[in-house]
Amino acid sequence: MAVSTDSDAVAPDAPPAAPRDLPFVEGVQRQVDYWAIVWARTWRGVIVSSFLSPFLYVLAMGVLLGGFIEADPDELEGATSYLAFVVPGLIAAHAMQTAVSETTWPVMGMIKWQRIYESMLATPLQPRHLVGAHLASVALHLSATCGLYTLVMLPFGVFESWWGPILAFASQVLCGMTFATLVYAFSTRNRSEEGFGVLFRLGVFPLFLFSGAFFPVSNLGDVGSWLARLTPLWQGVNLSRMFALDNVTWWVAGLNVAVLVVLMLLGWRWSVSGLTKRMIT
Amino acid sequence: MSDTLPDSTAADAAETPLHDDAQIVARGLWKRFQQGSGPSFDAVKGIDLEVRKGEAFGFLGPNGAGKSSTMRMIAGVSPVSDGELRIFGMDPAVDGPTIRGRLGVCPQEDNLDQELNVFDNLYVYGRYFGLPKQVVRERAGELLEFAKLTEKSKARVDELSGGMKRRLTIARSLINKPDLLLLDEPTTGLDPQARHLLWDQLFRLKHAGVTLVLSTHYMDEAEQLCDRLVVMDKGVIVAEGAPLELIRAHSTREVAELRFGAGEHAAHAELLGDLGERVEVLPDRLLVYTEDGEEVLARTHERGLQPLATLVRRSSLEDVFLRLTGRTLVD
Repeated sequence: MAVSTDSDAVAPDAPPAAPRDLPFVEGVQRQVDYWAIVWARTWRGVIVSSFLSPFLYVLAMGVLLGGFIEADPDELEGATSYLAFVVPGLIAAHAMQTAVSETTWPVMGMIKWQRIYESMLATPLQPRHLVGAHLASVALHLSATCGLYTLVMLPFGVFESWWGPILAFASQVLCGMTFATLVYAFSTRNRSEEGFGVLFRLGVFPLFLFSGAFFPVSNLGDVGSWLARLTPLWQGVNLSRMFALDNVTWWVAGLNVAVLVVLMLLGWRWSVSGLTKRMIT
Repeated sequence: MSDTLPDSTAADAAETPLHDDAQIVARGLWKRFQQGSGPSFDAVKGIDLEVRKGEAFGFLGPNGAGKSSTMRMIAGVSPVSDGELRIFGMDPAVDGPTIRGRLGVCPQEDNLDQELNVFDNLYVYGRYFGLPKQVVRERAGELLEFAKLTEKSKARVDELSGGMKRRLTIARSLINKPDLLLLDEPTTGLDPQARHLLWDQLFRLKHAGVTLVLSTHYMDEAEQLCDRLVVMDKGVIVAEGAPLELIRAHSTREVAELRFGAGEHAAHAELLGDLGERVEVLPDRLLVYTEDGEEVLARTHERGLQPLATLVRRSSLEDVFLRLTGRTLVD
């Protein structure tokens, strides 16, 4: 054992040195091969479900149910048919569901069951790199899902301009990423699977049904419609629909984007702090 | 040991290692866990230690002794509550990524990716260290050879036996050619054959100059592998030295084990107390510490006592631990 001497002493008022972290982009890049292998294994399922899910939804809700709905375009936020009304909202809602499913059990699995994160953190990688790479994979999944959904819908004539689907696609991915960061943050703090059941029952399903994907939120009455407009999903649905229908109120669109971006950044911050507290104990 | 954290400036004053080639230096190292507003728990209570380059150093102690908490702090994934810790001369709180880049970590429970095949587990892990693709591929091939898993290269991890998974985890921890390899309970849960195969591989690493730091509650493992070890109990170091030194210092040359009927051991201990330097009463047997175990057995029989079973053996680290803590390693 070493014996301390006065000459060894560290000045008591010396400020602690700042951590020398691995650059963020470099840490994320080092995980590209891992996520590429994961994608190589799962991409077929992603493609099939990305095609099948919108096809079934649009067939059931847009075509079969929508066949009974004839409404004034003013009551359908400018849509000339119920199909044109429901499709942009459905894609945004589908983005939310994809993001939530990618950031609940998979995150818990990497923390608790397969403990992949534990093995990654034994290397120079840090929690923010893990969050960054995982969410980048979610963004890729969302892009594939929303992109395919949009392509499937093109022949139905539900888009009013050539640029509308592009901006609607960007809105849907933004909406999905907002949910991804917020739910990732929740998952880092959630200790048991029951928490996800509550999240789905009290969060995802009510949002899916009442955030304007299937009917105009004005149908919910004064209080209901304002409550619906406070939800992140409505911001995404509204953006997606305005762009798809070429019926854009730009200050509203700006507000929708701002809300989603702020929530996404907050979710990012909570995700990194949540994973750090969970793993670096 | 006080139950409050020591003055950190006192720990700061002992930063310089005794040896220039020390790879781990801890002074007054303390780990305290706090769960919400509940009571705190001190897992490690102000330990001092130093591990030199090329050494095989062990933490021996029962579950809950503080071994894993200490290993996690050394691995840079658990912040130090108080005291000083330097790995390769660097502070884990400041240079965590750099330190971990030179460490190999083999955790207590395998955390391999079950969905990936054997080769890919090594490959992606090497990439986390920022190693070029070609370098990782070459090293992965070499390590599969080392771990005797070349034929399983394309097998999924969940198809491997427990021993194979352990060897793969160790191979993975070597992908960055670490200067220091941390092994937390490396052979727990393995059958004897798999343990000996693993020990052989650890010997080869040791001869190649890799510093090994391992925690174990198996005394034979500590005796086989460690040049030097600390015995930990309840968060403190109760003894430190080479295995043989510790045995010589804290035990006799031999131990006579005598098994009597259930509940008879305490009474027989009274009758045999003068036969050895010390007698320990365990639930299932008596241990008589002596320089000559056969002599103890002969004199036991001379006194008309008939043990159900007897055994004479050399003292081990288990006896050291029993002497120092009053408990066996596996409670």
